[in-house]
Amino acid sequence: MSAKTVITSFVLASALSSALVSIAAAGPLSSAEVEAAKAAKKEKCFGVALKGMNDCAAGPGTTCQGTSTKDFQGNSWKFVAGGTCTSITTPDGKHGSLTAM
Amino acid sequence: MQPDLFRTPPAGGDYAAAFSATLLKPGREAPTLICGPAGKAAAKRFAVYRNNVTVSLIDALAAVYPAVQRITGGEFFRAMARFHVRETPPSSPLLFEYGRDFPAFIAHYPYAGAMPWLADVARVERAWLDAYHAADTAPLGASDLARAPSERLPVLVFSPHPTTRLLRSSYAAVTIFAANRTDGPIEEIDASEAEDALITRPDSEVVVRRLAPGQFEFLSALMAGQELGKATEAAIGAHSDFDIGMALMTLIESGACTSATCGENT
Repeated sequence: MSAKTVITSFVLASALSSALVSIAAAGPLSSAEVEAAKAAKKEKCFGVALKGMNDCAAGPGTTCQGTSTKDFQGNSWKFVAGGTCTSITTPDGKHGSLTAM
Repeated sequence: MQPDLFRTPPAGGDYAAAFSATLLKPGREAPTLICGPAGKAAAKRFAVYRNNVTVSLIDALAAVYPAVQRITGGEFFRAMARFHVRETPPSSPLLFEYGRDFPAFIAHYPYAGAMPWLADVARVERAWLDAYHAADTAPLGASDLARAPSERLPVLVFSPHPTTRLLRSSYAAVTIFAANRTDGPIEEIDASEAEDALITRPDSEVVVRRLAPGQFEFLSALMAGQELGKATEAAIGAHSDFDIGMALMTLIESGACTSATCGENT
């Protein structure tokens, strides 16, 4: 046999039993928690469609905003990210927002 | 129905194809096969319809990718989404199916180049929605696993739960995702730490977990149908400090699988 690690049933059995003990320590659900879980499940059945996903575009879409042919002309500020990206950094110290492109 | 509202569709032509050809091309004229009352031009009416199509698709992307939108800000997001909508019209009438290609689009979107983590955050969001919509079924319980005969544990094979998704990122995609799916304040995040994600929905709540070293290899192998012993070896091969006990806890607690059976070659 090579030096490759062979996982024995003993190693797995002891790892499994300690995992099961840790999970059991979290305790079984109380009846109130079970009811809460059932209620959450029921609620899900009524909320299968994600909010707004099946709506037509009434509202802002009923005006002509958004698709005029002028849409892309010179609005370069639209291409500068302005959300939370400024608090997310990469190794080279770059922040998320773009200043020039 | 007033007959003068409609011109006769061109013989042998495909009315729907002609109608939709310029729907996502604002620079093009309205199709000639539609007209207003008394034969007047319908360019403005078509522009409203065209606008509704684009806005509804951008809104669909915003609903699927709220963290991405929070990261980039609304204006940037809608501009980016609009480019994607124009380039990639829906191929399914189901709106929740739309935007599957958006993460790949973000990865190559030049204006997002300074946010190399953004596409991976979008992948986590897409996986979240897919897990949300996947079939409901009971996950494997701890007591089921406790009954497995210990001498056969190495040949145990697991069936993946329909909601289970695994993702690997070179960036801190899970941390960034978690911080931006809520409205809470954002601390400074170092995006450079690679993170693996496990997405499950054992009951009604989608749960996104950040995986410890080796767990991605371990769970990927199990989800691909490899035996428990082989999956553990693969994980140790990838990360010598792989903790099998913790990995088994993650496997059970996450509800990533539905059943476990003994493999053939005992």
